[in-house]
Amino acid sequence: MALHGASTDELCSIPALLARNVRLYGDKPAYREKEFGIWQCWTWGQANDEIRAIAMGMLALGLERGEHVAVIGRNRPAHYWAMVAVQMCGAIPVPLYQDAVAEEMAYVLDHCGARFVVCGDQEQVDKVIEVQDRIHHIEHVLYNDKRGMRKYDHTHLNWLKDIEEEGRAAHARLEPELEARIAELTWESTCVMLYTSGTTGKPKGVVLSNRNIIETAKASVEFDHLGQDEEVLAYLPMAWVGDFIFSIGQAMVAGFCVNCPESPDTMMTDLREIGPTYFFAPPRIFETMLTNVMIRMEDAGDLKHALFKHFMEFAKDTGEEYGMPRYRTKRSRPTLRRRLRWMYRYAMGIGFAIETIVENAVRGFFVRLRHPLEARKYFRARGPLLNLYPQPLRDYFNYRTGEVLVYGPLKNTLGLSRIRVAYTAGEAIGPEIFDFYRSLGINLKQLYGQTEASVFITQQPDGQVRSDTVGVPSPGVEVKIAENGEVFYRSPGTFVEYYKNAESTASTKDPEGWVATGDAGFFEEATGHLRIIDRAKDVGKMADGRLFAPKYVENKLKFYPDILEAVVFGAGRDRCTAFINIDLTAVGNWAERNNIAYASYQELAGHPRVLDTIQAHVEEVNRSVADDPMLSGCQIHRFLILHKELDADDGELTRTRKVRRNIIAEKFADLVTALYDGSDSIYTETEVTYEDGRKGRIKATLQIRDAAVAPAKASGQVAA
Amino acid sequence: MKDTVEPYVTEDGRTIGGVLMELKHITLKFGGVVAIKDISFDIREGEIRAIIGPNGAGKSSMLNVISGFYTPTEGEVWFEGKKRPQMRPYKVAQQGIARTFQNIALFSGMSTLDNIMTGRITHMSAGLFSQAAWWGKAEREETANREAVEKIIDFLEIQHIRKTPVGRLPYGLQKRVELGRALAAEPRLLLLDEPMAGMNVEEKEDMSRFILDVNDEFGTTIVLIEHDMGVVMDLSDRVVVMDYGKKIGDGPPEEVRANPDVIEAYLGVSHD
Repeated sequence: MALHGASTDELCSIPALLARNVRLYGDKPAYREKEFGIWQCWTWGQANDEIRAIAMGMLALGLERGEHVAVIGRNRPAHYWAMVAVQMCGAIPVPLYQDAVAEEMAYVLDHCGARFVVCGDQEQVDKVIEVQDRIHHIEHVLYNDKRGMRKYDHTHLNWLKDIEEEGRAAHARLEPELEARIAELTWESTCVMLYTSGTTGKPKGVVLSNRNIIETAKASVEFDHLGQDEEVLAYLPMAWVGDFIFSIGQAMVAGFCVNCPESPDTMMTDLREIGPTYFFAPPRIFETMLTNVMIRMEDAGDLKHALFKHFMEFAKDTGEEYGMPRYRTKRSRPTLRRRLRWMYRYAMGIGFAIETIVENAVRGFFVRLRHPLEARKYFRARGPLLNLYPQPLRDYFNYRTGEVLVYGPLKNTLGLSRIRVAYTAGEAIGPEIFDFYRSLGINLKQLYGQTEASVFITQQPDGQVRSDTVGVPSPGVEVKIAENGEVFYRSPGTFVEYYKNAESTASTKDPEGWVATGDAGFFEEATGHLRIIDRAKDVGKMADGRLFAPKYVENKLKFYPDILEAVVFGAGRDRCTAFINIDLTAVGNWAERNNIAYASYQELAGHPRVLDTIQAHVEEVNRSVADDPMLSGCQIHRFLILHKELDADDGELTRTRKVRRNIIAEKFADLVTALYDGSDSIYTETEVTYEDGRKGRIKATLQIRDAAVAPAKASGQVAA
Repeated sequence: MKDTVEPYVTEDGRTIGGVLMELKHITLKFGGVVAIKDISFDIREGEIRAIIGPNGAGKSSMLNVISGFYTPTEGEVWFEGKKRPQMRPYKVAQQGIARTFQNIALFSGMSTLDNIMTGRITHMSAGLFSQAAWWGKAEREETANREAVEKIIDFLEIQHIRKTPVGRLPYGLQKRVELGRALAAEPRLLLLDEPMAGMNVEEKEDMSRFILDVNDEFGTTIVLIEHDMGVVMDLSDRVVVMDYGKKIGDGPPEEVRANPDVIEAYLGVSHD
């Protein structure tokens, strides 16, 4: 692992990779965006022209080497181009979270000292203008979407297209300068600066060099055999390191096409239209998809419902074996033989599918005659009649039938038909959810990473995928576990420094290059896979010295579709308690089915039957927590359902939707007290921030429930 | 100010031009009922003109007169400096006047896209056979119209419901689709009949923003009827107040708000 030196193939910057891609794949699609109902496409050649024009336009405005340029906006090709253009000029792009309110943005803009800000639309420009009286170094604001911008004072405001035109017009003068600046980029020059979401305290600017980004991207592209023909959907916040690695790093290294959705609301439709082959999503997205599927299956007819249940049950054990896509080691056109085999399989599948539908429809008819009102309860679907086949073939054809009837159409509806590799990370994913997707034949894997590592620390190789581990160290990454259980790593992707924060840099990264993740975990001896327990600093002790790992319990709670978020308290106390956020989609649907009227989240959250349901979930979790002798102290004795959804706008979550434990404990201190003083209900008032930044107050009286606690299995042998 | 016809620029930088439509001594009778009694006012190019008044004041009838659905019993409608003869509503629509309705009047089984497409009907000229065969002019026209419709969908931010049947949409979105359909006709004069009735605060804010944007981006003149005083006072350049078929006030919002007749009509005054 060389700390210095250059890339072996001279491609040591993103602009250099871009030039290579233009040479190799000039007329292949590089970017797509749905605009006016049509997927607009740019080839590598066209994208290169646009990027160079932007870069020259920025040079014309006086962009200097080494300065920071903030980019704020949703995923659109022009914003990615602006970032690469900034790199071409020798400057450093700093993508920001577009849904941050002006206050949050002010801190980052001030900290990075940007003179240039690239904004997506009027909304972002407004925010920048709002903070401009405090942050005087902002000189030029560029915007991409012209709508509503006509009346603004344009002395320091420019439309990105105008800048491009300016750049093109002056290309004779600026071309040599641009070439010179591109040639100056080295392996060690800064590629991008990304701000951490800041679970605690102010966000920190993580400086990542070209070496970090490109070497990590190369290793991960090889790890998963990603090719030039992959399709990805870029829909995650641009300020997040994952999006930078996937949509710029890996896209540039492998040369695949980045697709941008039409608007955030159309993401699901666009996903389906594109059919990505490589997909990344936080567990939340997979949960939402699954919840929607389940809700819609409840509405489906009895026959469909029964078939769905039967085949999903069947796939649980067989999906891993029969469903996974073939892992491609080399690219080749399918031979005639393989095509024929594929056609035969599919034809058999269709034949058995027809047989299955007919058989079950007839049986369903008779069940309905006998139980006209409760047919769904009594009707169990049956698989195809395969008595003539030996056992392994039976399973195989059973799965093919399911593929035709259930898995295929379902994957198609979700837009996941063509997935070769899908990753989830950021939070733990529920085992049921994980297994659901895998049994459908979607190669969903987990990885563990962070901004400081350019994402990859560990990831799961194909064929060794489990829901409770995060995989083996990624290629080139060394991982060690400290004595207190904290995970340390060292890799080519390890960040250079925190911008203007030598103190934090020194406390995170030691001179030998080992970085503390802040997470506690251990390696499984049998498999060599890493398991993460919790944030190292969240793991604490209870009053009697028992281990307290809130995340562990919260994750178990969040695996119930009814529960969106949970916050567990108990450090330094004699027992654990919890705040619960219900999932409005899932619980709302349940309420509708059970004739429970509600007007708002608050009203539904306070409904006694909802409380009963949640109590049942909490007690179930308590039983499962009790099984683990180390953590049996973390059972929840009392809980309440919060009267508002935890929100990043109120500072309760980070922009990547991680719980900010301390802030919540402080903000709802009265509720925490009530959880411990034995009262049955409490009146509270909370300040909320609306999306436009205005403040309001909500008042509520919350019920507090006691939950049954299970006795610890291994009798109290817990070391203090 | 209201007597001058000189173009002027408003505080927020919009240009208000000359008179686009003038209504002269309009009276509308249904048998013995006098719905509108001798009302005159003008609508100027580029402005947002509000018509307000208590229930039954004749506001919607006035809008129907403007859109050509009712022919006034007496009085004249002057549009673009010419007296408008009695004509059918679709002819009026072809002149560049589009409207939305108080009760949503969309084709509820059709998708958002198709509904907005119907607004382009005045821009289609291909014959029946050409349309049926989907050849030549029909195809070219459809492409051009679809492009215009997509721009409106983008403008109103309703991409996510493009293919959804409008019957399944919530009320606020249906109102937005209806606005989209009216916009598709590329009108010079847009009539909005209670665009914000029955909406919650957030939907009202959205709708207000779209109305202002339409006026700003396309320079469309807008006449709107609305009950929410806050919205009317914020949005409109000039306000006509009606009560029992008569005009009791006309002028900028501040002026109208101070008018004693208007206060009486809205709040009632004790007669002692």
